[in-house]
Amino acid sequence: MARGDNRDKQLSAPTEFAAGNGLLDRRLFLQGGMAIGSAMLLSGTDAAAAGETAIDPRPKWMREPGAEFRPYGFPSLHEDEVVRFASPNRVMRNNGASWTPLHLLEGTITPNGLHFERHHNGVPSLDPEQHRLLIHGLVARPLEFFMSDLLRYPLRSQICFLECGGNSNAGWNRIPSTAEAGYFHGLASCSEWTGVPLATLLHEAQPGEGVRWLIAEGADAFAMHVSIPLEKAMGDAMLALYQNGERLRPENGYPLRLILPGWEGVLNVKWLRRLELSDRPAMARNETARYTELLPSGKARIFSFVMEAKSLITSPSSGMVLRQRPGLYQITGLAWSGRGRIRQVDVSADSGKTWAPAELQEPVLPKSFTRFRIPWRWSGAPAVLKSRAVDETGYVQPERKVLLAERGRHGFYHYNAIVNWAVDEQGSVSHVYDDDDQDLGDHPPVDAGWD
Amino acid sequence: MMTIRIWAITLLWTLAGTEVPGAEIPEGPGLGRPAPAAYIAAWDTDVMADGAGLPPGAGTAEAGTRIYAQQCLSCHGEDGLGDSGDQLAGAQHKLTDEWPEKTIGTFWPYAPTLFDFIRRSMPMRTPGSLGDDDTYAVTAYLLYLNGIIGFKDEMNAVSLPKVRMPNRDGFIDARELP
Repeated sequence: MARGDNRDKQLSAPTEFAAGNGLLDRRLFLQGGMAIGSAMLLSGTDAAAAGETAIDPRPKWMREPGAEFRPYGFPSLHEDEVVRFASPNRVMRNNGASWTPLHLLEGTITPNGLHFERHHNGVPSLDPEQHRLLIHGLVARPLEFFMSDLLRYPLRSQICFLECGGNSNAGWNRIPSTAEAGYFHGLASCSEWTGVPLATLLHEAQPGEGVRWLIAEGADAFAMHVSIPLEKAMGDAMLALYQNGERLRPENGYPLRLILPGWEGVLNVKWLRRLELSDRPAMARNETARYTELLPSGKARIFSFVMEAKSLITSPSSGMVLRQRPGLYQITGLAWSGRGRIRQVDVSADSGKTWAPAELQEPVLPKSFTRFRIPWRWSGAPAVLKSRAVDETGYVQPERKVLLAERGRHGFYHYNAIVNWAVDEQGSVSHVYDDDDQDLGDHPPVDAGWD
Repeated sequence: MMTIRIWAITLLWTLAGTEVPGAEIPEGPGLGRPAPAAYIAAWDTDVMADGAGLPPGAGTAEAGTRIYAQQCLSCHGEDGLGDSGDQLAGAQHKLTDEWPEKTIGTFWPYAPTLFDFIRRSMPMRTPGSLGDDDTYAVTAYLLYLNGIIGFKDEMNAVSLPKVRMPNRDGFIDARELP
């Protein structure tokens, strides 16, 4: 790689500062020709930095035939650190969650093998030939469908994010998390889902008068069940059969899962086997005792379905180091909103004193990951990087102290505050809270358990 | 016919608030088969918050003590104080305390939900293995541990829905918040 050879010359080119502490105009990179420094995990190696020994006119891999075909491809062996991070229950190890390594990915589509997981009692190994879906309850025609039936329906595709209601919950903790960005905020992924619009099947079953809710149940050992308002079920809800072009992965609900774009993950029931139309919600354990947010008043929010707008910078981010210090870097990250499209993402390099709009990668799709990027010239001085999403409804992602003032410290779910990454003089990046957002009380940190 | 017309009106109403591209409902090929009633009966084990769906049978905390020790204690600990599994009882702190404890006694709004959850999801290693009487008994034991019912109070399809949980009014519908 030629990076760095003429870095100084390029850095001396005239540039336009867009905000304080070195943020540049978001269009700068589009003009072309800028070499940028890389932010890498501390564990990463950098051959270019280590220096070449001798010029090899024909490296080893050009002097022997390459590998043969294989029926299903895998990532390069050199990418073996790009993996999910799992946190299972210490006894029941099939109960827990695994995080998408958002900090190691680019673009907006999550590879299927890296989609986040939240299982309450493991991944069932069910037989798709035997699996059936029942639609019953307040309907004129109770129906059953085998998967072979559903595959014959007119299919639709929709790209959308999926986010666990408990994503980012380390943010409630008194002490800033030291996890990498993905292992902190990566209970969120984005895929193209293909399947049958739920409304088509509900229509076929002929719902009766008074139907207000849909109770969905999965065929896992937990027999997960939750209640969904009819308006969502008749809106953009889908029964997904395919994920990014291939049939669902077992850990994502094979052979059938509910997809409710923009709504919290637990409602997107995996291994779906039953849909009951009802005049009232079940008030199931996982919509009362769990997936509700305790407020300072002692009351808890229930039916908080929508995942509000959130963003985070994925690079540079916690645990990385800016290797070409100081210099020109590309700040990149993800934003999404359960209410629709991302309208704008602002980035700050001076802890929120000044902000500059980031470039949004087209296409900007509703309820989907949106990639943002902005160039930054790091002076070598300490900096605090932030990103702030605004969605098409005008909702602005809150600062952490604002979220805590509204929700207290024990909501556990629906944490969507602005994320701070501090860069120190050595170029090391870590997670920090604002100076005016420090809890100096003598409280234990929140134990964000997943039982 | 009446049903269909009402449904069409409902459809228009429900779709008005959504932003689905091409929001018209695609016509399906109608491949659904009549669902066998036996399947529905066997699969629909939902117990609603008001107790609808509770089966015949009964149990007391007295009977549940032994079942808890055999089936639950290894994860949920002595007296439901929690271990690798959730703390179920014995909260020392209220929900408004600096360190709130969310247990069945302090947080769960409906007693029948306990029956539903235990029967559908517990115990983790052998889910669905508890019979209805044993499920009533474990439910009773957990309510007893939380000081909500007595040791010999019988829980059944009639008595369980009448149990008023301390946090019954503890929830606010987020859709009605500003």
